[in-house]
Amino acid sequence: MNGIEIAHHRFGYGPRANAPLGGDPRQLLRAQLDNFDPMPTPLKSFSSSARAVEEYFEHRRKLGQLRGMQDAEEKTRLARRARGDVRAQQVAARAEVAARSDTPFAERLVHFWTNHFAVSAANNKVRDLTASHEFERIRPRIMGSFADLLESAALTPAMLVYLDQFNAFGPASVAMQRRVARGRAKGGSQVNENLAREILELHTLGVNGGYDQADIIELAKALTGWSIKTNSNPRGAQLFGDGSAFFAVRHEPGARQVMGRRYSADGADQARRILRDLATHPATAKHIATKLARHFTADMPAPSLIAILEQAFLTSGGDLPTVYQALIGARESWVSRPRKFRTPWEWLIAIHRGTGATIPARRQFTNLLRDFGQPAWEPPSPAGFDDIASAWAGPDALMRRVNAANAYSNRAGNMDARALAQQWFPHSLSNATSTAIARAESPQQGIALLLVSPEMMRR
Amino acid sequence: MIQRRTLLGGAMAATLTALAPPALGRSAPTDKRLVFIMLRGAVDGLSILAPIGDPAFASQRGELGEDYGSAPRAGHDFAFHPELKNLAALYAKGDCLAHHAIASNYRERSHFDAQNVLESGGTRPYELRSGWLNRALAVDDQAPPTAMALATSIPLALRGPTPVSSYAPSHVPEASEDLMRRVSMLYAGDEQLHGLWESALETRELTGDDATKDLRNAEKSGQLAASLMRGDAGARVLMIEINGWDSHSRQVGQLNRMLRSYDALIGALQTGLGSDWANTLIISATEFGRTVKPNPSRGTDHGTAGAALLMGGSVNGGQVLGDWPGLADSQLYEGRDLKPTASLESLFAGAVADQFAMVPSKAAQRMFPGQAVTPMQDLLKG
Repeated sequence: MNGIEIAHHRFGYGPRANAPLGGDPRQLLRAQLDNFDPMPTPLKSFSSSARAVEEYFEHRRKLGQLRGMQDAEEKTRLARRARGDVRAQQVAARAEVAARSDTPFAERLVHFWTNHFAVSAANNKVRDLTASHEFERIRPRIMGSFADLLESAALTPAMLVYLDQFNAFGPASVAMQRRVARGRAKGGSQVNENLAREILELHTLGVNGGYDQADIIELAKALTGWSIKTNSNPRGAQLFGDGSAFFAVRHEPGARQVMGRRYSADGADQARRILRDLATHPATAKHIATKLARHFTADMPAPSLIAILEQAFLTSGGDLPTVYQALIGARESWVSRPRKFRTPWEWLIAIHRGTGATIPARRQFTNLLRDFGQPAWEPPSPAGFDDIASAWAGPDALMRRVNAANAYSNRAGNMDARALAQQWFPHSLSNATSTAIARAESPQQGIALLLVSPEMMRR
Repeated sequence: MIQRRTLLGGAMAATLTALAPPALGRSAPTDKRLVFIMLRGAVDGLSILAPIGDPAFASQRGELGEDYGSAPRAGHDFAFHPELKNLAALYAKGDCLAHHAIASNYRERSHFDAQNVLESGGTRPYELRSGWLNRALAVDDQAPPTAMALATSIPLALRGPTPVSSYAPSHVPEASEDLMRRVSMLYAGDEQLHGLWESALETRELTGDDATKDLRNAEKSGQLAASLMRGDAGARVLMIEINGWDSHSRQVGQLNRMLRSYDALIGALQTGLGSDWANTLIISATEFGRTVKPNPSRGTDHGTAGAALLMGGSVNGGQVLGDWPGLADSQLYEGRDLKPTASLESLFAGAVADQFAMVPSKAAQRMFPGQAVTPMQDLLKG
């Protein structure tokens, strides 16, 4: 690939239909950082994070009543909701935004960060919170500091529920003491470590980031009290705009010690201050640099590129655009040979972007992603989807892509694969691919071959 | 593989009308039915209807001409492919007519361009944006017959001013054998993809995907097509696409399989239409023929003239039409292909006009604007 192809394929979602490639590749990417729209129109119609939390409780209450219900229409509506139609629309809107975006590099960054701060809709309680997690809590923060992004994304209702923080109690908290006194809890010194562990291991320092079990427990205690707004919030509750909440009565009293620093007791801000320090820690810089380099350039990225990004992160105090600029500026980012296998999501979006085909707001699209092993917003663990091709690019996945390409090609109408191939890969189209397309027995078959060509599979 | 791609390829078809049963509100003004079967990939016409009476047949065709000893005859000089049992029976009954040495006005050898010319009815590729079949139906002051494509999107021949719907079942789609073969070639030089793909094919082999499945699919397609044309609300014009005819290597096996499926589809269509068969015209054509002599891969390459078939109760069948050009080297087009001596456009215009009682010259003008097309006569019964 040459520079302009790399800008579109490696850093974006491929070229748009009928838009010839041109311009300065680095300038193209830099402009996208400035022009990113955090809340494009297709995403505006969905429930806010706070509303989604309310709906979650309403939904649970209604589901409880469903059994004895007479109103068939309401029953159907609720059942449909339970089937996930809303989520299919949200996924389709997300895909549509990516496929039509003027700033596909920024959209790639959004999806990168969502995978970094992974929550899974496979968890029933989290299902309806995943979209706002990304749309409301991640999108507006990706062009600021990592500290702001971390605070925004690690303490969302979706994350607090997904990692069981929302019903955690400090062992010595007022609420826990009361529960023990009433015989509703046993007491003891146990604290839920789930979110604290993942913040340290996945979101910030990384697995060998120099923290130990004591740090996990201390952070876990600092996080107690962070929860979501309910129908009956305890007295003194602080309610935040996104539906998250801080219940002081559940918070573990006292100062905390994390990574050698002392944090005095000041309620909700105690955890926030710890997160701010973790966000600029050198181990975090290395962790984020490695993940970004891996995502954009290669499963095994060049150590020199990691070092460049790490340095940009450290010197800027975790200013994300500075890190993105370093990625754009690094020689290592522009290696001509494609080294990343497109993820199922990237491949599908590139097809829709390149052909202009609309994305169905129905379950077919989400089911397709599921068939490919990467259902949208349903990563297998808090670590997100693996960013190394061997984890998902197997023989069966390839066969599924060929079948899907075949189905897509049947809808491609009058498109000329020969022209599309030239438009998408003006400099890197191989003889093997152009020959296969030219010899196809029909225009449709030509499209199918283009969609599964090695050029389209990698970036 | 017949039909699988176009008929069963629906998983991605969510935005189409295809997923819901088509709305066919309008009552049909006619009992006449027209089915256009587009065979994509260029069928070898000399295999469908072998000119066994031509003195050069055996020597020119070699292996490709060996299976016709006891094949059903069509007159003295021609024989149907041995797999075309239903077609041979229709021919004997007078419900199948063949036209040989026929081609569209296109004389190059690109599938894309040839299909574009054949379907659009233009004089050159990409000249017209609508199709002859659609324009044929647009008669002044008359409600056009209900038209439908048995596909996930409407093929060019059926696109245009007349409203058309499409229908395809939303089964999990599987790519055709032919596409898979081509993917193998595409990945041959790519270490990673080649390895993954070969492994995928092996797995698929184990899970079983045999000719019976192709046949079952073909029969289902025929039944489905018939059901879409049934009753007052049914379609009167239906287009079917069949892919997978591009036989560059090992043609005998490929065509045995393809033609068996094709024959099964026609049989299922006839059975499914019941008494409506008497009012039915099926036109079956392909974008061009193939070379007369086999190539070193035991296949044939892109050629020029081929054979077209008309079937159904409407057809003045039991005859093979055409001005036979001969198979000797000196008689071939550009020294390699069967020479075209008749025009597909004339066949289409004559057959469609008569089926729907249109004025032939006017129908020809609508279908093939800017061409001097003389509609063929007497293709249909009485």
